[in-house]
Amino acid sequence: MSDSALSPEMPSKAAGNLSLLDRLQERWKTIVIIVPFVWLLVFFLAPFFIVTKISLAELAISSPPFTAMIEWADGTIVTIRLVFDNFIYIFEDPLYAKTYINSIKIASVSTVLSLLIGYPIAYGIVRSAQVTKQLLLFAIILPFWTSFLLRVYAWMGLLADQGTINNLLISMGIIETPIRMLYTEFAVYVGIVYTYLPFMILPLYANMEKLDATLNEAAADLGSGPVNTFFKITLPLTMPGVIAGSLLVFIPATGEYVIPDLLGGGNVQMIGRQLYNEFARNVDWPVAAAVAIVLLLILVLPMAIYQYYQGKAAEGS
Amino acid sequence: MNQGRSTFLTVMLYIGLTFLYVPMILLVIYSFNYSKLVPVWGGWSTRWYKVLFESPEVWEAVRLSLQIALVNATVATMLGTFAGLAMVRFGRFRGRTLFGGMLVAPLVMPEVITGLSLLVFFISLKELFGWPAERGFTTITIAHITFSLAYVAVIIQARLTGIGETLEEAAADLGAKPFKVMTSITLPRLAPGMLSGWLLAFTLSLDDLVIASFVTGPGANTLPILIFSRIRLGLRPDINALATIIILFVAVLVAIAAYIMFRQHKRELLDQQMALSGGD
Amino acid sequence: MVNQSSVRSLVNKPALNTDKPLLQIRNVTKKFGEFVAVNNVDLNIYAGELFCLLGGSGCGKSTLLRMLAGFETPSSGQILIDGKDMSGVPPYQRPTNMMFQNYALFPHMSVERNIAFGLEQDGIHKSEIKDRTHNMLRLVELQGYEKRRPNQLSGGQRQRVALARALVKEPKLLLLDEPLGALDKKLREHTQFELMNIQEKVGVTFVVVTHDQEEAMVLATRIAVMDKGQFIQIGSPTEIYEYPENRFVANFIGSANIFEGTILENNNNSLKIATELGEITLEQSSALGVGASVFLGVRPEKISISKDPSASTDGYTTSGVVEDIGYLGNTSRYKIRLDQGTLVDVTAQNHLRPQNRTHAFSWEEKVTLRWDASNIMLLKK
Repeated sequence: MSDSALSPEMPSKAAGNLSLLDRLQERWKTIVIIVPFVWLLVFFLAPFFIVTKISLAELAISSPPFTAMIEWADGTIVTIRLVFDNFIYIFEDPLYAKTYINSIKIASVSTVLSLLIGYPIAYGIVRSAQVTKQLLLFAIILPFWTSFLLRVYAWMGLLADQGTINNLLISMGIIETPIRMLYTEFAVYVGIVYTYLPFMILPLYANMEKLDATLNEAAADLGSGPVNTFFKITLPLTMPGVIAGSLLVFIPATGEYVIPDLLGGGNVQMIGRQLYNEFARNVDWPVAAAVAIVLLLILVLPMAIYQYYQGKAAEGS
Repeated sequence: MNQGRSTFLTVMLYIGLTFLYVPMILLVIYSFNYSKLVPVWGGWSTRWYKVLFESPEVWEAVRLSLQIALVNATVATMLGTFAGLAMVRFGRFRGRTLFGGMLVAPLVMPEVITGLSLLVFFISLKELFGWPAERGFTTITIAHITFSLAYVAVIIQARLTGIGETLEEAAADLGAKPFKVMTSITLPRLAPGMLSGWLLAFTLSLDDLVIASFVTGPGANTLPILIFSRIRLGLRPDINALATIIILFVAVLVAIAAYIMFRQHKRELLDQQMALSGGD
Repeated sequence: MVNQSSVRSLVNKPALNTDKPLLQIRNVTKKFGEFVAVNNVDLNIYAGELFCLLGGSGCGKSTLLRMLAGFETPSSGQILIDGKDMSGVPPYQRPTNMMFQNYALFPHMSVERNIAFGLEQDGIHKSEIKDRTHNMLRLVELQGYEKRRPNQLSGGQRQRVALARALVKEPKLLLLDEPLGALDKKLREHTQFELMNIQEKVGVTFVVVTHDQEEAMVLATRIAVMDKGQFIQIGSPTEIYEYPENRFVANFIGSANIFEGTILENNNNSLKIATELGEITLEQSSALGVGASVFLGVRPEKISISKDPSASTDGYTTSGVVEDIGYLGNTSRYKIRLDQGTLVDVTAQNHLRPQNRTHAFSWEEKVTLRWDASNIMLLKK
């Protein structure tokens, strides 16, 4: 950036040598950009290319358990072998298709449930008095800071056959034999909604906080009842928050591994769990990589939409 | 219609808060259960805490997790602050769009993908350069810094946008060079943002299971990995005890951070009031 | 504290039907916790009026307006519109419409949809909505802007959309909260007259809340001056300005030189009052007894200033020295230190262009002041 300041061709400055501090002052902006930039290029972007490469490799009984995509032949000619077998395998095996569809279904339903629960909560916080508002917001964020794993574990205790809920229902005489809840799809829904609810509430809150309360008064003044006002004014104006919150729940939920594993047991097929099994149990890394690439392709559109809305929100502020 | 909450909203708020907190409160209560079967009450006891403290595995996992979290939080705060400054204050530079994209992507990327890609990356590195020789502390820390720095950058960007550039312009107008402006104006004002960024990075690291599971090697178990391996087979009272300690630890940490920020906010308000009344 | 008799002085609006008030506010009080925002006010407003609630911030004027619209509920008292009690009637069922201070235009709807919104709520037929929306756009001169979003309009255009949106439902009462507050000075002056014209055309009764006394003077048929939740004085702009009842009103509307005094004699229609300027006799009747302390006020523009000490001796004459000059172009404002020490404000028209490019009177110049006894306002404490 400012190499010229140090180059010998420059008419040398009176002091001659620049001190370390001076040099830092000249170059600090470059350093500030370069260090995180290079870190992300190396540890975030490069791994994706490698995953793509491996998804196009063959399984090999070796370490690492895949063949090289680029091989050096005679030291000069580079041959590239692309093997699409892994992708063909994923598309031909109905198990994978079913698992992908099931993941999207579970993520979508969980997103809608989170929205239905999170929207009134966020609106309730916005409508609270100033001090209450801060406390409530804190109460919503606090679970987000505590361990995700332990929050899922807490539900194992609640939903188990001999869990708190069944014990309570039996002792109240409502049921006689325990209802099976743990290791069902229901448990997965509960787990996802529970752990991702703050991700729904916070963007909604941020959006609603900016909403002008006099707009509701204006609508009422023009003859619109509360329900009509909600659908004609409040909901359309909070759509950016709805979209951001929904994507923040949908995207990670689709690839969720811990919740289906702990709460769904072997009974709920989700792609994140499938991927982990492919990698850890079957040690078929090329297929695991291909599963990851397909998952990424499915999520590219929602991620792009999220980025677009974030960009628009940043411009607006 | 007034500005307050309707009954419906108030009820939903209470239901929501109950939903969020009851499972955790039960978790804590059952950690003091004498019975070996978690949900069957067998009287108050602290025996599972004793079991927990006598387990060397747990201590080893705690030590590893804390080491990773500390290094991660410190490096991620530095890199994230750099990244935030670059995005908000440096105008256009080559690769800015790519940089911005890479800063947001880790936030929404499914963990299994990040974990798998980092694992194969580390293996490929070892093939090519012989480094990292074995997976564990180093690889997990690098993986954690990569996604934590993105979270820190979000906080720093928001804070930088919030505080505006007026003071920096004033300092420049008074003759301060850009580096001086950065060190004497921008960074001090960023301090609260950096503190929350550090805390967030610290807890994210303590919390991570999936990515660490991918990039760890044999023998290196972080606390979440240890917990997960134990609870996959069902409920365990010693894990309830561990959970209670972790929840209390995080709650205290967050409460202190919230108190510091609240006090600073109050002081700012007080200063403003004093300035206003003094100006009369 | 305030009587309704001043309605009779609305000579410029002969058509006003004063038998049946359109809006009756009866002993209305509004408390927020301990704080009394509106304190037991009583007021009738008649069809066709353009009534201004005037006061500083926190005087309760906006709270009163919000109670009329139905956004706040009175703690006690009653509001009747066209004889119907409004208690328990939600805003969306009241025959009132409001123009909000920041306009509260729906940002996600076009100009046209904003204006049509109120009519849609009433289930009016589409073609009629279209006609009425179109007529309103013509009235506020915004044809061609139908499809624009509020953020694509200038401040003045937004103000007119807000007005059209509130008027299109043909409310019995249009409530306007600081309708011109967000506009710059030039536009505000122009819009004041536009607003009056529109009110005359549509014949809707307006209740305007404003803190701007000039705006109230230009717009209103009657003004209620508010302070601390109460009406201090209700009257036509002329009454309020020329015959303020007390010191607060005299100072709030325009400015006044105020002198303290004590009544020495009170013979029918003649008061003799001792002041720091000497004894002053007023041809006025007052219920106050001998020894009561009062204030006397004189508006700065009612005092004439001259360099010639020997001019006519009608009224009160005194002399002093120019201490400060505020040059406003059309007028100049002088601060005159009287010989006995009192500082008096005087406003003088600059009829002539000063040939030496300086002020008509200069600093430290000895001048003679003169005012007529009929210009002295007797003010209660």
